Amino acid sequence: MQRILDHIETGERLDFERAWDLYRNEEFHVLGHLAHQIRLEKCPHEYVSYVVDRNINYSNICICGCRFCAFYRTPGHPEGYVLSHEELGEKIEETLSLGGTQILMQGGHHPDLPLSFYEDMLGFIKGRYPIHIHAFSPPEIVHFSRVEAISVPEVIARLKAAGLDSIPGGGAEILVDSVRSLVSPNKCSSEAWLDVMEQAHRQGMRTTATMMFGHLEKPEDRLQHLFALRDLQDRTGGFTAFIPWAFQPQNTAIERTPETAVAYLRLLAISRLVLDNFDNIQASWVTMGPKVAQVALHFGANDFGSTMIEENVVAAAGVRFRLSQEEIRRIIHAAGFRPRQRTMTYKWVDQQG
Amino acid sequence: MLNYAWYRKLQLEDIFDKIEAQERLTFEDGQRLFACPDLVAVGALAHKVRLSLHGNSTFYVMNQHINYSNVCVNGCKFCAFGREKGDPLAFQMTATDVLQKIRESMNSPITEVHMVGGCHPELPLSYFENILREIKAVRPDVFIKAFTVVEIAHFAALEKCSTREVLNRLRTAGLDMLPGGGAEIFSPRIRALLCPAKLSGEGWLRIAREAHELGIKSNATMLYGHLETNEERLDHMLALRELQDETQGFVCFIPLPFQPANTKVSDVEPTTGVEDLKTIAVSRLMLDNIPHLKAYWVMLTVKLAQVALNFGADDFDGTIVEEKIGHMAGAESEQFLTRQELERIIREAGFDPVERNCFFQRVSNY
Repeated sequence: MQRILDHIETGERLDFERAWDLYRNEEFHVLGHLAHQIRLEKCPHEYVSYVVDRNINYSNICICGCRFCAFYRTPGHPEGYVLSHEELGEKIEETLSLGGTQILMQGGHHPDLPLSFYEDMLGFIKGRYPIHIHAFSPPEIVHFSRVEAISVPEVIARLKAAGLDSIPGGGAEILVDSVRSLVSPNKCSSEAWLDVMEQAHRQGMRTTATMMFGHLEKPEDRLQHLFALRDLQDRTGGFTAFIPWAFQPQNTAIERTPETAVAYLRLLAISRLVLDNFDNIQASWVTMGPKVAQVALHFGANDFGSTMIEENVVAAAGVRFRLSQEEIRRIIHAAGFRPRQRTMTYKWVDQQG
Repeated sequence: MLNYAWYRKLQLEDIFDKIEAQERLTFEDGQRLFACPDLVAVGALAHKVRLSLHGNSTFYVMNQHINYSNVCVNGCKFCAFGREKGDPLAFQMTATDVLQKIRESMNSPITEVHMVGGCHPELPLSYFENILREIKAVRPDVFIKAFTVVEIAHFAALEKCSTREVLNRLRTAGLDMLPGGGAEIFSPRIRALLCPAKLSGEGWLRIAREAHELGIKSNATMLYGHLETNEERLDHMLALRELQDETQGFVCFIPLPFQPANTKVSDVEPTTGVEDLKTIAVSRLMLDNIPHLKAYWVMLTVKLAQVALNFGADDFDGTIVEEKIGHMAGAESEQFLTRQELERIIREAGFDPVERNCFFQRVSNY
């Protein structure tokens, strides 16, 4: 145990082999303890942060057909929808009135909508509301570039010019192509996902990174995912946070039992140990429930995620937890920390001009 | 295991030494453990004790819960289950209804029927004797764990006889063991606030002692997370530890997080995961003479109960067909789990699942 802490203090990094050994064999409490010590060193203040935002899914129409997804509808399906500007406006007004600072906006891979549709949407929002737009996961950006037949950097530049502030880390799933070909064969490759993030970082845009685990991947694939993120972060420093969450199998085309809480906490802890160049790691109460997410604050996480005024994708897979901002603050307090609202870039809201 | 240096840093090295030497912890030790900000360090100590007692085994039981009636004269403020007689939501099962429930699970390999209810103002002891006999006639292979000592005291008052006599008559009719409910928090201060009409803490301990003296084993619960202090929790644990030194009659300790929804204490916020795990760990460390500690998933949620197996708990309770008491108070857990599901959860936490009966004897026919 001391050896690993020494390693980290001297700036020596975990290599794959050592990380694998820890992940597979290290005792549960030791793993949690190490992750928590590193988290305390990285964020030496007493705060646990959270963000007030809303997930807006502008459309559920998608040609990707990922096996793990319970949210999408194919084009022409009677339950398919695209939100109008009016509907978007109402959702944003509600978010602002609840003290929200950002919207997380993602949709499907719509087969027909041109890039101008998204530019108009961003322009509409930015023209009316003082809100941070965290939108379009890398697979959507890649999809836009195909539909529009232009390069990824160009798509990013145009969206940025239209008002996009940052890119969410969704659609990363597991960044190993043999796994992606099984669970999301029509979605962009891991290389393409990483490339979108690299291009965005190079254009000065911050992004997050996620991992959806517990479907058809092998445990070593999860580590490979972490190392791929660490390498890119070494080059750009553009990721603000890492958010691992466990696949929820209900209503999807993958038949398996969900990952358990202990498996989640182990993965969270090893993420903190491997991702030595990430400042922030989020607990996922949406998939793990408030009790386990709170415990995660002692297993490497320093952020409680978002109030999720609206959440549709995980709910479609049969898991619904709801938490108010007040409840999130109480949970953080009861874990021994002080709650503090942040923005997407982890600036404190109470210090914003 | 976390190393000694870490506990020295937390100024808990003396407690670490005591656990190593299997020495008993004091009330003050308990206070310091509750006050320790490092959840994982406290959990690791409890886990060490749990491993030395049970190795890698985690127990579960194939059981069926039956709540024969929710009619109750006690009106405890923390309860969302009890109803006054005549309330539109009041129910009372006949012996035939209970048997129907038992027959419904005829093909299920349960080893335990767990049966508790309210303190009904009229049902005579013969009603319960009859139910026990009928259950035993239909399923002689199943152990009946029934009636909290609060119900035993109530039956005795109605029947105008001693609690010892009630216990003897119920045992003759087929009662195998007592569950641990009704203990709440023994503190008279808390009972006066929350359940003034209920059997006192002293009374609870007296009847548990009588049962143990008659050779009837029991469990013990603690309802926490309402108005009690950590000190009152520790007093509760130490009262149980003292009685256990005398009788060795307690099989399992069950900390129950209070579920405030739909109760008359609904202004109290529900407990959080960190508090639940801390309480479980401290219980394991203080109660050195009660062999088992249950992570009751109905109240904790399945996910947190699994984590609790690494914080001192060695039992995952059971399949629990149709739980009512926790769910009426807003528990959001499942109504039942299958054997397959229980075993998977236990294995994925890194333990070996062991099916047990109510006495924690291994069930070998599976």
